Amino acid sequence: MVSTTTIEPDAGTRRRPSSDLKAALMFLLPASVGFIAFYLVPTIRGIYYSFTQYNILGTPTWIGTDNFEKIATDPLFWNALKVTVYYVILNIGFQTIVAILLAVLMQKLTKSIVMRGMLLLPWLISNVIAAMLWFWLLDYQIGLVNQFIDWIGGSRTAFFAEEAWAIPTIAFVNIWRHMGYTALLVFAGMQTIPKYVYEAASIDGASEWTQFWRMTLPLLRPVLAMILVITVTGSFQVFDTVAVTTRGGPVNVTRVMQYYIFQKAFGEGQFGYGSALAVILFVILAALAAIQLRLLRAGESDLA
Amino acid sequence: MTTIVATATDAPVRRSKKKFSWGKFAAWFFMIAFLILSLFPFYWMLRTALSTTRSLPSDPSSLLPVDFTFGAFKRVLGLSTQEQAIAEGGSGASVNFWLFLRNSVIYSTVVTVGQVFFSSMAAYAFARLRWPGRNIVFGIFLGALLVPPIFTSLPNFIFIKDLGLLNTFAGMALPTFFMTPFAIFFLRQFFLGINHEIEESASLDGAGKWRTFFKIILPMSTAPITTLGILTFITAWNDYFWPLLVGNTDQTRVLTVALGVFRSQTPAGAPDWAGLMAATLVAATPVLILFFMFARRIIDSIGYSGSK
Repeated sequence: MVSTTTIEPDAGTRRRPSSDLKAALMFLLPASVGFIAFYLVPTIRGIYYSFTQYNILGTPTWIGTDNFEKIATDPLFWNALKVTVYYVILNIGFQTIVAILLAVLMQKLTKSIVMRGMLLLPWLISNVIAAMLWFWLLDYQIGLVNQFIDWIGGSRTAFFAEEAWAIPTIAFVNIWRHMGYTALLVFAGMQTIPKYVYEAASIDGASEWTQFWRMTLPLLRPVLAMILVITVTGSFQVFDTVAVTTRGGPVNVTRVMQYYIFQKAFGEGQFGYGSALAVILFVILAALAAIQLRLLRAGESDLA
Repeated sequence: MTTIVATATDAPVRRSKKKFSWGKFAAWFFMIAFLILSLFPFYWMLRTALSTTRSLPSDPSSLLPVDFTFGAFKRVLGLSTQEQAIAEGGSGASVNFWLFLRNSVIYSTVVTVGQVFFSSMAAYAFARLRWPGRNIVFGIFLGALLVPPIFTSLPNFIFIKDLGLLNTFAGMALPTFFMTPFAIFFLRQFFLGINHEIEESASLDGAGKWRTFFKIILPMSTAPITTLGILTFITAWNDYFWPLLVGNTDQTRVLTVALGVFRSQTPAGAPDWAGLMAATLVAATPVLILFFMFARRIIDSIGYSGSK
């Protein structure tokens, strides 16, 4: 592509300055402004706010750990945590299984980019659109899914409005949106498993079923660990789907953590309390990421 | 499931070609089922958008549009009169998606241009320049990936409010305008792979770091930069939470936020489904066009960032 010019050997070494610090500072200036102003300082401020009583119109006053003590006995917080965990388990559990299945199917059947593109399509549209689309498809009166249920003789279900169905439905919508994307991540991971591993196994007479459980899955472990950390973290922050469909209802069953934080901080103007809730979410996510990486020994590969 | 078993004992080479296998059949069956699950809702969106809302209940499972009309699109784009809109089942409230479309374009473009340019500068400093503490600083930047957006968005909201930038494009774009950890990480990987000799020959000519960056590094990296640009644009286009917090007035409201408002305004008893679906299609179209233009690039980038 680009022709390389040969340089005299000694000139190259001599010309190289020991440090490009000055230039580096210039190049890093804008990104550093963004990092400090919108990541670093807000993180510190967020922790500070969590120890204050802060009405959105007033100024923060230090109240120590009062917010956290209140949260410990706040039934809505425990409800939000329970609902969120339930959502994450459904969402991540099924999504991961579907993604692995799809990745295996792609691997076995076709490497066609068109096929992968079609599976990826739902991921490209926003959460809001996916939520509205399924809100329509699952409509109680004239939604297609309920028409179908009617046709096969089942009983119509108000998917977003029934307490037992609301969270599974929201989990389903987000599985629908993310399954292709997650499958592509798994698929990419599978490409890193060298062919000779499978060839050796085939010669030894291992069935494809055995190969999957004994080789593919174990060798995918580091990739799966990374994918799980990313998807679990994202899943815990579910908001958009709830905000445009159920708004926390019916009777709190879909009031997930981020929606509760949003309501406290922006609905009721309780920024201190909202920040304290956010700190707890942050700690939970950090702990979960650490545990997942540890359990799945993400850093090590069995291919050594 | 257990049918996916290969007979490996004899003639394993010829097996895959001709013989009908139940395993393959089951695999294709699942694959096609998932493809339908992925794609059919999009068709249903279009089919509903081309129907007349008032007629939808008469034939709710018709595969073709019910009482075909472009009315819903006209309604959403402000091209039909109030009477027409009401007659077709719209709410009659004036919605002007052109404005929200414009807002989405402004917001996404500003974020993309700023983020990609400034992140590429930072990535250059992390990948190609040598200075003390480089890896530590890079590690700290990447650490921002661990902080959940909800956590920083409360203080960021206060900050934008104190700057007096609520309900302005500047306020909406600023937090992601200068960098995201992902953008820097993504470009740094590519910059690391550029041949050193090219850069050195340029610096022999007396080109400064700026000229090296603009004349050599950027032109050589158009592919990853375009990919990052597309991904950033799509992400910004689909943003909901932050624009909802800081840009929830007509003049700055983006499509995702407007859709939420549109949906909550539509009467609960008789929602304007055709209008809603036309609106979602309008909102999704730019991203879908981008995808059809750059599908391979987007798909490959997912493989890339996934396997690190």
